[in-house]
Amino acid sequence: MKMTQSPTFKAFSEPLVKNNPVFIQSLGICSALAVTVQLKTAIVMALAMTSVTAFSNLTISAMRNVIPRNVRMIVELSVIASLVILADEILRAYFYDISKQLSVFVGLIITNCIVMGRAETYALGNPPIRSFMDGLGNGAGYGLVLVTVAFIRELFGAGKLLGFPVVPQFFYDHGYMNMGFMQLAPAAFIIIGLLVWLQKSIVKG
Amino acid sequence: MENLIGLFLNSVFVGNILLSYFLGMCSFVAVSKNMDTAIGLGFAVVFVLSITAPVNWLVFKYLLSPGALRWVGLESVDLSFLKFITFIAVIAAIVQMVEMVIDRYSPTLYMALGVFLPLIAVNCAILGASLFMVERNYSFIETIIFGFGSGVGWLMAIASMAAIRIKMRYANVPAGLEGFGITMIMTGLMAMGFMLFSGITL
Repeated sequence: MKMTQSPTFKAFSEPLVKNNPVFIQSLGICSALAVTVQLKTAIVMALAMTSVTAFSNLTISAMRNVIPRNVRMIVELSVIASLVILADEILRAYFYDISKQLSVFVGLIITNCIVMGRAETYALGNPPIRSFMDGLGNGAGYGLVLVTVAFIRELFGAGKLLGFPVVPQFFYDHGYMNMGFMQLAPAAFIIIGLLVWLQKSIVKG
Repeated sequence: MENLIGLFLNSVFVGNILLSYFLGMCSFVAVSKNMDTAIGLGFAVVFVLSITAPVNWLVFKYLLSPGALRWVGLESVDLSFLKFITFIAVIAAIVQMVEMVIDRYSPTLYMALGVFLPLIAVNCAILGASLFMVERNYSFIETIIFGFGSGVGWLMAIASMAAIRIKMRYANVPAGLEGFGITMIMTGLMAMGFMLFSGITL
């Protein structure tokens, strides 16, 4: 069997585009869109989210045979919340100013439906390594959306990428202007809507 | 007083928890298909937010914030890093209690809100409001107003969305955009509408 056909690899690759958690399962758009004004914060958020999803899947899957059925929600929530505290503390220690910009949104990973949803639907019924890959894939699929939205918003909204100006001065001299609208909340919704359209057209065709 | 009215209007319109902070999107998209359920969930959110935000404020102030444990003689203890796990536990517990109380004393209200209450425990808007109140250093009174106002803002957003989606049934949406895509774009347009209030200050 080829590597790309193995269930472990599929668990990782399917959620990237084909079964993207945001576009297809419409999960997890909560909160995190607010950090897409800048590319930098979006990348950090995507990394935090991916590691939390992957490790929560790993932990819950490793414990899946000992978790009593009727208290599983509480167990899942405490595993996720502990991982989020860990992520938040690491960000504070090493990337203090980014963690200030992310403000409450790192904490809101706890209530992000993707983490909970994957733990509930995948990790409780699959072996640890495969669950880990599934978490990695779902986190990355989500991160991909986040980074794409942030790329569009920062490029058109501020004329910068990762804080460096990329639109040449020559354009501004000839009347090009940054689109202030891109920096505001409604733009994020509209960009997501258009990206869903794009994704559906590609996958179908 | 004016300050409090300003805070209320701000949390309903300009700083709408859904339309400008993107909180509570999952249930917003899933539940806005039907008017009755949308309004039911909206009221449940108002109800739970008005209770959980002040309770979490008390928990944070007297148990978690730096130096809060002075009353048991632990002056230098700072437990604020535990706020995520504590808040979510408090929210889950309150939702559970509210559900039991309503079930016992008001069967009609339970029929209307009961199914939504468990959904709400993991609604980002509820946890988000508690975290915002810590970050913005609200006083107790301000927290009550902020919690209630955010709930009202969320209710208005989901009710208007449900109304728009009923109209959308007769619209001809391009293939591939129907469902989630067009919902997002409509939300964006609605958010623009709510932003028009941003020039108003009291």
